[in-house]
Amino acid sequence: MIETAFLVAAILLMVNVIFCLYRAAVGPTPGDRVVAINMITSKTIAVMALVSFMYHEELFLDVAITYTLIGYTATICVAKYLELKRL
Amino acid sequence: MREIIVMLFLFTGVFFFTVGTIGVLRLPDVFCRLHANTKSDTLGVGLVLSSLVLYEGLSSAGVKIVFMIIFILITNPTAGHIIARASYDTIVDWTGQLARQKGGEE
Repeated sequence: MIETAFLVAAILLMVNVIFCLYRAAVGPTPGDRVVAINMITSKTIAVMALVSFMYHEELFLDVAITYTLIGYTATICVAKYLELKRL
Repeated sequence: MREIIVMLFLFTGVFFFTVGTIGVLRLPDVFCRLHANTKSDTLGVGLVLSSLVLYEGLSSAGVKIVFMIIFILITNPTAGHIIARASYDTIVDWTGQLARQKGGEE
């Protein structure tokens, strides 16, 4: 019951990721692409936590924590490069 | 009873994610898209991970998810602020039709 709900929520989030990927590919300015990638990062964290509870693997939560850190660092670096034209 | 509360939190979070995705797809400007992204995404991640904490209870996995929620509540608005500042410094036109670069002119 509850695991089916986790599966349905994960599938809906991945459908959302496809639309965000469209915005990341099309988006006219670099800021749009950074916004879309930031959104994909948030959704991927949620899906990783859900998959961890579906398969009863606690290791995936560590991967999700690391992905949070990496996504934040990537967003900061790309925005700083857009602003200053250097890293 | 607990499963009903967990599913309520989970699908409310998925609803807010969907609202943010529709906003990013439909709104015309990078600032409007940022406005749709930041708040709905923070709330969506918070609700989905809170439902997992309610499902799991206080174990090591629950404590990890609580730390993840705290970290996302700190970093997601910060990332939004920094993207907005970078876009405001490089893109002048608010309508988003012509993204004029300011760097070479001033």
